[in-house]
Amino acid sequence: MEWLVAIVIGVMTASGVYLVLRARTFPLVLGLTLLSYAVNVFLFSMGRLQVGQAAIISPEASGYTDPLPQALVLTAIVIAFGMTAFLIVLALKARSELGNDHVDGMSYVAEEQAPKSKADQT
Amino acid sequence: MLMDLLSFNLPLVALIPFFGAPLAAWAANINRVASAWAAGLVTLLSLIMLMPAMSIPFAGETLIQSWSWLPALGLDFAFRLDGLALLFSFLILLIGLLVILYARYYLSPGDSMGRFFAYLLMFMGSMLGIVLSENLIQLVVFWELTSLTSFLLISYWQHQQDARDGARMALAITGAGGLAMLAGVLIIGHIVGSYNLTEVLAAGDLIRQHDLYLTALVLILLGVFTKSAQFPFHFWLPHAMAAPTPVSAYLHSATMVKAGIFMLARLFPALSGTEAWGWLVGGAGMITMVLGAYTALFKHDLKGLLAYSTISHLGLITLLFGFGTQLAAVAAIFHIINHATFKASLFMVAGIIDHECGSRDMRKVNGMLKYMPHTAVLAMIAASAMAGVPLLNGFLSKEMFFQQAVTASGGNILTWAIPVLVTLGAIFSVAYSLRFIHDVFFNGEPVGLTKTPHEPPRFMKIPVDILVLLCLGVGMAPMILVAPILTVAVSASLQEAAPAYSLAIWHGINLPLIMSFIAMGIGAVVYFNRHKLFRWHDENLPRIDARTLFNMCLHGLLVATGKISRLFDRGSLQNATSWVLLSAVVAVVAGYLQFNSPLLGDRNLMAVDVLTLALAAFVILASVLCAVLHHQRLVSLIIVGVVGLIVSLGFVKFSAPDLALTQLSVEVVTIVLLLLALFFLPQHTPQERNASRMTRDVVLSVSAGVSVMLLAMAVMSRDYAPISDFFIENSKPGGGGTNVVNVILVDFRGFDTLGEIVVLALAGLGIFAMLKQLRLPAPLRDIQGREWSHDPHPPIMQTLTRLLFPLMLMVAVFIFLRGHNLPGGGFIAGLIAAVALISQYLANGIDWTNQRIRADMHVVTALGLSAAVVTGVVAMLLSHPFLTSTFTYLKWPLVGKFEIASAMAFDLGVFLVVVGATVLILVELGKLSHASHEMQQQERY
Repeated sequence: MEWLVAIVIGVMTASGVYLVLRARTFPLVLGLTLLSYAVNVFLFSMGRLQVGQAAIISPEASGYTDPLPQALVLTAIVIAFGMTAFLIVLALKARSELGNDHVDGMSYVAEEQAPKSKADQT
Repeated sequence: MLMDLLSFNLPLVALIPFFGAPLAAWAANINRVASAWAAGLVTLLSLIMLMPAMSIPFAGETLIQSWSWLPALGLDFAFRLDGLALLFSFLILLIGLLVILYARYYLSPGDSMGRFFAYLLMFMGSMLGIVLSENLIQLVVFWELTSLTSFLLISYWQHQQDARDGARMALAITGAGGLAMLAGVLIIGHIVGSYNLTEVLAAGDLIRQHDLYLTALVLILLGVFTKSAQFPFHFWLPHAMAAPTPVSAYLHSATMVKAGIFMLARLFPALSGTEAWGWLVGGAGMITMVLGAYTALFKHDLKGLLAYSTISHLGLITLLFGFGTQLAAVAAIFHIINHATFKASLFMVAGIIDHECGSRDMRKVNGMLKYMPHTAVLAMIAASAMAGVPLLNGFLSKEMFFQQAVTASGGNILTWAIPVLVTLGAIFSVAYSLRFIHDVFFNGEPVGLTKTPHEPPRFMKIPVDILVLLCLGVGMAPMILVAPILTVAVSASLQEAAPAYSLAIWHGINLPLIMSFIAMGIGAVVYFNRHKLFRWHDENLPRIDARTLFNMCLHGLLVATGKISRLFDRGSLQNATSWVLLSAVVAVVAGYLQFNSPLLGDRNLMAVDVLTLALAAFVILASVLCAVLHHQRLVSLIIVGVVGLIVSLGFVKFSAPDLALTQLSVEVVTIVLLLLALFFLPQHTPQERNASRMTRDVVLSVSAGVSVMLLAMAVMSRDYAPISDFFIENSKPGGGGTNVVNVILVDFRGFDTLGEIVVLALAGLGIFAMLKQLRLPAPLRDIQGREWSHDPHPPIMQTLTRLLFPLMLMVAVFIFLRGHNLPGGGFIAGLIAAVALISQYLANGIDWTNQRIRADMHVVTALGLSAAVVTGVVAMLLSHPFLTSTFTYLKWPLVGKFEIASAMAFDLGVFLVVVGATVLILVELGKLSHASHEMQQQERY
């Protein structure tokens, strides 16, 4: 099972990193979202995997999983949302200020595909 | 009451000016004079706070008030009042008061009074902080604050290029010196084992014998010399003359430049007494004194003359400390007082002349005696004090200085140079003082002045009157006026009883008196032959313009650092990101290579079950598809949603119900958010042509993925000893809740959570600010060319969401209330409530919803943050650490026994911040499309 989770983390990281390296803002934000899933699951897995041992104190419980990584990841999920929201609005702002959605602004667009960007805007 | 005050008044003395600064700025809105009044009253209040402690230094004791801050690092919030601190506090506060009175008349109607007095008060507070600090690190912090606030003061006339340049130069030089001083202080702390002055001053022998003594000394002297404008760092001071004259009168007589001298006096018992001290301090002082006095004579600008004269006098004081004897320290501290009084008054006179004549050029300003006789008399007395004329205060300290110079010359040829050089400096000092008097007030008629000068307003002269009276009084009755404070200041500086010294005006005819007369005689000769000397000076000496040199260095530095950063950053985000990722991968690989044990540990791995395998296969497929199909943005967004949902299922499987709930609700909000944003972005990502870049990215992302996978596996396959047992054991007895994750969030690690919700609130505010002015055209057609529906609010959806709304809110409340004991809590409940609100906005439109939900989300966020902070503060008020929680059980009718924890209030804060920030973000984005729809509607009709 551990291998399965590790592979999932790895694949999410790889996809996330690939998207983060793209030249447009929207894929970049998606990439960061994927990457934050990967990071959250990675952090969570630092508490090792346990089945059916939620950290809810009760006399019937057979044991408890490590609650600390969970607490860290819980806030990380919320902060990741805040970051995603900030970034996507930054992307909108850049679009409105620069007229395109390239991560570096105007300069690269002209050489890549001048006619297409106009088509996109309509 | 008085005793109470004596346990905390010193920090107040230093901090009151900081609190008063905004008050003075605000008072300027009422009227200009109110601002000066506010500044004056704040200074008085600070002085009053000092009063009750005043008798302590005179009794020979040291008052220390300290609060532990970071004891592990030796950081205390600690203040100290001894004779030296008292003397300097007096100088800072009393001359500060006079400067405030003077500035009120000096500043013209176009200058902002509020800004001026606010800066001045902040500077005053920083200076008081330096002289009252017991902890050396704290002292350095105030030291750097004086650099910052003096930057603001010097650049007060921001529209002038030379003011900005001069301020920048002062900041760069004194700020850099402050950093060197910090390093020196850290070394001293390392040697002594404490940063508190009490221990440091008692450990002089230990410090002097340590291997690092020389390093520490040089670093601290760098701070001292830059601040006190000692050669070769003196050049910033003349350029700081671009400041308004009250600033110069304050900074260059009693405060800023005296901070360095203060450090010499303060650390005298800890650092002095070695050969290195003598050469470094004495050498710099000697060069500075002679060079400053010589240069001052050639300055035609009144303030330029005073600037170099200040440099020269600072050199004199430094030289005295360099002699290293106890009597020299007496002379040095005595001259600090005298220089502060006559130099402050001379700067004020220079300001009056500038104010009344519109010029400070001594080639134009002549014969002022008949235009402003009162000012002339004041200036003549003060300048005579500066020259060291008998019956004035400058004479007394100069005599002591000559005496020390003679004593220091042990008899051999080399050391006889000391009295000779000292006399040379004094000659020029007499010459430039004479120039200040003769050139300005006599010497014919004014040349080419634009206005007819006359006496300034009465109150503008009062500060000068007081200072000049002091010069006279101290000169004639030193034993009464100055001896008491001088003795306690000296004994505080030396950390032992002050040596016997005599302040008599007449010591009989001795060598120092002869030196004085030589200086006065030759000085007069030099002055009256000045024109020949000016010609010789202009023809034969190279001109070194420090500003040009400094600017060249600065420019060179900027170019060089620019080149270095351009090596790595050519303005492409993709390149920069790939460098960062590459170095991360390299770091992981390097880590593996260093790692000697096998990659996998021997923990028993869990068996795989079919359902999990299927879900994992699904999420892997989805992640890959997301990357492959990212050109179709809507599709890839939906896939990201799928990945997030499966991740939350994973949390369910592996015993993390809280995470699953959080992930699930965040997922909903994130997807709605990204959908709203995608509406305004291109629906397609263009194909990339750069094949090598694609290859590079694939290689990079695959290696990143593999690295992270192996890392996760290496950890998961090993057993470990977590610290979490503590949380599990104490959750119920200590935190009063059975849901350990929630108790960690709101109780054990509540401070972290507070930080997180602040970040969330800031993200919300940042987004609000960015969207405020944003107008984007909404696309009319979707990606396949179909028109968007004109009916954004279908009735079925409207009805359904309205029905669901109370239900969703009830779920949120339920989740919130049970959070402490069962999966749930503020974060999750907040997200659910946010989803409930957002679905109303989505289904019914912003106008409809805003009419019904009146709450302003800014207010909700602010309320939440306040609730969280207040919970913490209440614990502090009950003298527990910040955010300590408590709980009790209540018996409610029907419900039964019910546990209520103070952490619930904190969790309520979390809840409100999450609701506020999330709804704010999404509704602001929603308004964007609302606005652009309206734009289109208007265009259509």
